[in-house]
Amino acid sequence: MKLIIAIIQPHKLDAVKAALEDVNVNLMTVTSVLGQGRQKGMTEIYRGAKEAGGLLTKVRLDIAVNEDFVEPAIKAITKGAHTGSVGDGKIFVVDLVECVRISSAERGSKAVG
Amino acid sequence: MNSGDTAWVLMSSALVLLMTMPGLAFFYGGLVRRKNVLSILMQCFMILCVISLQWVLFGYSLAFGPDFHGIIGNLSWAGLNGVGAQPNPDYAATIPHSVFMTFQMMFAVITPALIIGAYAERVKFSAFLIFTILWATFVYDPLAHWVWGAGGWLKSLGALDYAGGIVVHVSSGISALVLAVVLGKRVGYNHKPIRPHNLPFTVLGAALLWFGWFGFNAGSALAADGIAANAFVTTNTATAAAGLAWALIEWWHNGSPTVLGVATGAVAGLVAITPACGFVNPMNAMFIGIMVSLVCYIAVAVIKGKVGYDDSLDTFGVHGVGGTVGTIATGIFAEKAVNATGNNGLLFGNMHQLLVQCIMWVVAVVFAVVMTYILYKIVDAVIGMRVEEKNEIVGLDLTQQSEAAYTVIE
Repeated sequence: MKLIIAIIQPHKLDAVKAALEDVNVNLMTVTSVLGQGRQKGMTEIYRGAKEAGGLLTKVRLDIAVNEDFVEPAIKAITKGAHTGSVGDGKIFVVDLVECVRISSAERGSKAVG
Repeated sequence: MNSGDTAWVLMSSALVLLMTMPGLAFFYGGLVRRKNVLSILMQCFMILCVISLQWVLFGYSLAFGPDFHGIIGNLSWAGLNGVGAQPNPDYAATIPHSVFMTFQMMFAVITPALIIGAYAERVKFSAFLIFTILWATFVYDPLAHWVWGAGGWLKSLGALDYAGGIVVHVSSGISALVLAVVLGKRVGYNHKPIRPHNLPFTVLGAALLWFGWFGFNAGSALAADGIAANAFVTTNTATAAAGLAWALIEWWHNGSPTVLGVATGAVAGLVAITPACGFVNPMNAMFIGIMVSLVCYIAVAVIKGKVGYDDSLDTFGVHGVGGTVGTIATGIFAEKAVNATGNNGLLFGNMHQLLVQCIMWVVAVVFAVVMTYILYKIVDAVIGMRVEEKNEIVGLDLTQQSEAAYTVIE
């Protein structure tokens, strides 16, 4: 089991979600987050006071998948979120030790799927 | 008695109330951090409550009551004794005395509310409340008497302040600067950016201020007549010019015209035209609007940063500086052709008027500085003006009001 954490541009959420559904990855948690990477933030100006490099809004997806779905999910996210410029985001994949479905108390791969 | 005049001044009183709540409250409320927005709304609301009562109990009598040596009104109108339906020809011959009193009440309310901007995000609610009542009684009421009260010494000198450039804006703006300096900076100021938490609130507030200001300025004619119409036109013209000028200045200076800039410029224009609106023509009002944005922009965006005081929401930079520009401009651009009860300014051959305006300004500044400093020292010694650092970091909403403005999770 793996946990895929993807940080993407907010306006790419619909495309990423559709691409994930195409490869049968339907379960995800989505949050609105702030961050900065190579793109850096935009300069903000309030009554003449300049503030360079404010954090930018991004969307974070947390997706738990079984091994067979890891590569298809990475491909789907990349396809949906790619524009080719800095700021497109990142995908992190980490080992997932356990998963419990609260409603049925199922554990492990069954609970992930 | 004239029913048209009475209707207009009643309506104008309500318009000026709208300036404090919700106009100024949302203008300021949007500029603070989300942890302090309720403290601003609360302070504005409480000022509306306590100063309304102070005015009825004794404030009106101190400011406008029968004169005592040009210095202060006596207390014979305390509790509105004798202030009823009968007009008072010293102030307004065609409307009930109680209508004039109510109109002036709304000015007494908004003036201490303007000062909130200087000490925002760092004062105790209890200290704020006591300071506000003291300031209204010992600064606003005497100054209003000197400039507007029958027998007031600056009025007798011939000083012109149509709707409160000195009484409202210079007095509050200068007091704001004193408080910003003696209170010190907010925790973290200069180290990390302090961003406005809701600029749409600020723009909404600025628009309500502009709307309400027609009551403030055109209502100050105390009649529905040609002078009121001129004040209405000059108010709108100066404000439009100032909003546009601010946006253009920062576009040139910083590369972007900001909505906070347009809103700030518009308020600066409203402030500057306030003392002049009933005495100047529309073309000169346009010039005043352009000038005030230039001067206030320099004060807020350049000088404040260099000197280093933390006037949180720029009460001094907009109201103190803008009121000064308007007061001087009145001495230059006033003309009897617009208002026969006024006077000619420098541009129309009367150097003396400019001198009188400057005397009034110096008197108001010295008085506001000295009195605000004394009142601050008293309140600070008795209960402490500033919140503890840990409360300032948590925010005034939770520590002073025990409420939160926004929920993140249901």
